[in-house]
Amino acid sequence: MIDSRKLDPNFKYEVGEEISGSNITRCFTCGTCTAGCPVRDIDDKYNPRKILRMIILGMREEVLSSDFIWLCSTCYTCYDRCPQGVHITDIMMALRNIAVKEGHIHPSFKEQARLVGTFGRLYEVEDFDNKKRQKMGLPPVKKQFDDVKVIIDKTRVKEFVK
Amino acid sequence: MKYALFLGCTIPIRGQNYEISARKVAEALGMEFVDIEEFGCCGFPVKSTDAKATTLLAARNLAFASREGLEICTLCNACTAVLSGAAKKLDNDEKLRNIINEELKEIGLEYKPGVKVRHFSRILFEDFGPEIISKTVKADMSDFSFSIHYGCHYLRPHDMYDGFDNPENPVTVEKLTEATGARVQDYKGKLECCGGAILGVDQDIALRMAGKKLGNVTSNNVDALITICPFCTIMYEDNQKKIEEVLEKEFNLPVLYYPQVLGLAMGIDPKELGFRLNKVKTKDLLQKFEDANPPETSGSNEPVTQEAIQ
Repeated sequence: MIDSRKLDPNFKYEVGEEISGSNITRCFTCGTCTAGCPVRDIDDKYNPRKILRMIILGMREEVLSSDFIWLCSTCYTCYDRCPQGVHITDIMMALRNIAVKEGHIHPSFKEQARLVGTFGRLYEVEDFDNKKRQKMGLPPVKKQFDDVKVIIDKTRVKEFVK
Repeated sequence: MKYALFLGCTIPIRGQNYEISARKVAEALGMEFVDIEEFGCCGFPVKSTDAKATTLLAARNLAFASREGLEICTLCNACTAVLSGAAKKLDNDEKLRNIINEELKEIGLEYKPGVKVRHFSRILFEDFGPEIISKTVKADMSDFSFSIHYGCHYLRPHDMYDGFDNPENPVTVEKLTEATGARVQDYKGKLECCGGAILGVDQDIALRMAGKKLGNVTSNNVDALITICPFCTIMYEDNQKKIEEVLEKEFNLPVLYYPQVLGLAMGIDPKELGFRLNKVKTKDLLQKFEDANPPETSGSNEPVTQEAIQ
């Protein structure tokens, strides 16, 4: 049940500021997003229309601490089909960014941030990989990028680099 | 035709069959790929953590390409979306560009507007097109039928891709496949996502998403599913055994990268197209190819594409 005393009416604006051009307040809950969502098709614990409604109602804490905001597969089907031009996929990313600021992050994204922040790519490249590439006639790939560390240091990703 | 080849994270480590076949096909078509050693992660994996980090990483890669004055050719759909999206934002938003360039200055880089980014399949479609591609075909592929999985970020968000294909009814990779002489089999749920982006969040949902498509594709008895993105392939091919366990079904569906198919059709030796790296074995498929194209009748193994194009 919704406890109106805990609602944050500014949450929708906070989300809107996190990502420009989200058009979040245009949502009239038609459900086109949910109808075409491939994740929702498999499991109804992810429901974009419901999440948008929760944002507009101001259910800040419930949304940010939820498991479901991490379930968007970023396919952009809802984004492309929304009759009101609400940039739903971008809104899901904005929610995750705000959640991270508040100390909520899914372990999978924490690990991805660590890898990219440490090695400048999603995989740690080992000598073995470059030997294998050489055998196939492919050029070697760099193992680490020092300049990436400099720019990562200016972002929240650095919190996840050990 | 010179392009900066952007491999991203997954392809050089887990998708060398895609890379090697793309390089072979490009060479046969007279495309020159330039390898920029400094290319790193596109930024997609940190978008959920901090969108600014994504823009910075993307801008860094774009700046290296712009320094060489080259258009970027991507192979991965996610890299395509992130790099195209960042280029579009940086080109249109001067304030953002100044902020990002202020940060890039520290590593000696600058983003200059106008860097072009296109997926390899899009380049094949736009700069060559099915007609020219079909002129490069030497082998008989007429006994093969394939289904196509485009992958989300090749098509969407539509406002980022200048309408080069229709995201609700895409045709480009199908036309490129038909150009090889093979048949293309449409199927239910063609536009649906592989689930790759949430594999680490909820494995069960991700595997079921991919499994649904494997079921729809195999019900038509095609020879293989064709993909153009390494992460889609990880879902449909690397995880096919796991999906079979979860769904208690057997698929045994080969998953090929488009350049592997085009390479075969061009008469490039299958050994040079990385088939031994395909996780779902392609032995039967290659046997079928050899039966239709016995080595002694197919003439020289040299693709004749250069002359065909001119």
